[in-house]
Amino acid sequence: MAEVAERKIRVLIAKPGLDGHDRGAKVIARAFRDAGMEVIYTGLRQTPEMIVSAAIQEDVDAIGLSCLSGAHMHLFPRVMELLKERGVDDIIVFGGGTIPEEDIVKLKAAGIAAIFTPGATTGETIEFVKKNVKAKS
Amino acid sequence: MSEKKDLKRIEQEKERWEAETLKPTLKKNPERAERFTSVSMTPIERLYTAADLPGWDFMEDLGFPGEYPYTRGLHPTMYRGKLWTMRMFAGFGTALETNRRFKYLLEQGQMGLSTAFDLPTLMGYDSDHPFSAGEVGKCGVAIDSLADMEILFDGIPLGEVTTSMTITSPASVLWAMYVTVCEKQGVPYHCIGGTIQNDILKEYIAQKEYIYPIEPSVRLVTDTVLFGAHHLPRWNTISISGYHIREAGSTALQELAFTLGDGMVYVEEAIRAGLDVDAFAPRLSFFFDCHNDLFEEVAKFRAARRLWARLMREKFGAKDPRSWLLRTHAQTAGCSLTAQQPHNNIARVAIQALAGVLGGTQSLHTNAMDEAMALPTEEAAIIALRTQQIIAHESGVTNTVDPLAGSYYVEKLTNQMEEGAWEYFKRLADFGGMIRAIERGFPQREIADAAYAYQQAIEREEKIIVGVNRFTTDEEPPIPLLYINREAEAQQIDRLQQLRRSRDKDAMMRSLDALRQAAAGKDPWGKDLLMPRILDAVRAYATLGEIMGVFREVWGEYTEPNII
Repeated sequence: MAEVAERKIRVLIAKPGLDGHDRGAKVIARAFRDAGMEVIYTGLRQTPEMIVSAAIQEDVDAIGLSCLSGAHMHLFPRVMELLKERGVDDIIVFGGGTIPEEDIVKLKAAGIAAIFTPGATTGETIEFVKKNVKAKS
Repeated sequence: MSEKKDLKRIEQEKERWEAETLKPTLKKNPERAERFTSVSMTPIERLYTAADLPGWDFMEDLGFPGEYPYTRGLHPTMYRGKLWTMRMFAGFGTALETNRRFKYLLEQGQMGLSTAFDLPTLMGYDSDHPFSAGEVGKCGVAIDSLADMEILFDGIPLGEVTTSMTITSPASVLWAMYVTVCEKQGVPYHCIGGTIQNDILKEYIAQKEYIYPIEPSVRLVTDTVLFGAHHLPRWNTISISGYHIREAGSTALQELAFTLGDGMVYVEEAIRAGLDVDAFAPRLSFFFDCHNDLFEEVAKFRAARRLWARLMREKFGAKDPRSWLLRTHAQTAGCSLTAQQPHNNIARVAIQALAGVLGGTQSLHTNAMDEAMALPTEEAAIIALRTQQIIAHESGVTNTVDPLAGSYYVEKLTNQMEEGAWEYFKRLADFGGMIRAIERGFPQREIADAAYAYQQAIEREEKIIVGVNRFTTDEEPPIPLLYINREAEAQQIDRLQQLRRSRDKDAMMRSLDALRQAAAGKDPWGKDLLMPRILDAVRAYATLGEIMGVFREVWGEYTEPNII
């Protein structure tokens, strides 16, 4: 075969921290896969360090963080810090969970590209990833 | 109940009605959809009649309240005699802050306590463990040792209130702490009432707060069942929970079937440990979700009671009628709440709470409207409690027992629930039982499939969620939310480290050594019982992380199969 067609978007779906609520992460992972992306799901109880290593190793375009325990203000910015420390600036990071508006503003300031709260559709999340990954390449 | 020839006539008349009355109407005004389904995606018919209940027997399938098979409720008078227990789940920050919320809720007319713990506590880590960073006090109260538990229940008479503790992997340890606080208050064992969730199987299936491999975890649960049966006759040692299964995305039927499937494992294990079924079964309790689909939910509760009574009497040979009773707590569906237009959640919660009440629950927690975003503010929690009080005192639904009985629709749904559950029991048996099925990922996959199917139905707008995919607004004013005191983590770690310095270290180490030996021992139901040793360790102020660490060391940790 000659040149392979367009490279598929690769996304790491990650569950940072101790939270075990994985319904959202799994639904998103499956929806992304159905939308033609390559999805790597970390499974539960990942430290920010583990997530960043996996993202680099898997050469992903985007990381989706899911947290419903209230620890997002600690865990999400930590992922951004570690990416920066390792010189990575071309991975889009977005998040989802039970996250109040006031925190969303702060998370965006910390570099998280978008936060999706309960009720958000997989459709809008897919659209967001496609648009932003394309925009960056 | 109806005679065969009556049913035949109804069927014939229905055909006539369809041809003469229905058909012309449909031609002129087609229905809003081709297919109507419940929130669980179960097809729902246009009309139900007696012909949908062939072979339905009043005494066998319905009976009278307070009598086998308890379809109509556990008590002869139900809410005419005593209302359900309004039990609001609360916990955040430090023990001191939660103690204040408890006292406030009791002053507002709440009838029992229900404790939410933070994730480090739920996962058996101390607040100063690296994995606890950022999680301390966030989704519940942080408890590291008996010292925190003493503060949590300070000034609350534990001989008078009952306390539910939503804790599972470390349930035995938190229970031991609670019992020790009762000892210190001078409350005798036979007066201590309450519940520990302690249903470990649903963690592997749905909520994922497991720690150890399945078999030693089930041993720990069985150990508490034994301790309760011998020493604490008023304590519910397991709250067999469908709630988390449902919240993970299951259908109502899956919630029912997997929950009772888990329940059967605990019964079998306690019998294997040498207990007579009637010595512990009356202390098993349940916990179900109440979702938006009112009639489906009512049917689920009714079918659950009937099924459990049948299982306990027929399958396990229980003779004491108290062993046949499916006593249940219920909670409105957190997963149904939306961050969009949050005030709408008040209406959702009211419908769901009504479902629990019409279903005959023994106790109820109503979620607050702000819980799609954070733990509830005091104001939001009070609206949720008031919702229950309005149902109890204003709606009139408490005036009669099981008001929906005899509705063709509700009875049909109840039958379908029961039949569907028996089919699931058979599939579980084909795997070699629930534990083997979990190892193979069967219930997990069923739930993930249902969750995905439901989400797709929302996105196709087959399911309408008000404020989300219909009747949306662009700008929404924010509502006030609860923010957890950021100093809680530092305060908690400070207190924990102080405790570590001040306790009698040798006595504490000896208690942990004894526990380690018992955990590794080969005589689980004899000399290697765990609860007495856990109590000793708690009294010596060993921390939760230290006690759970002993088991981690001996039993190892569980890794789940990766299922998307």
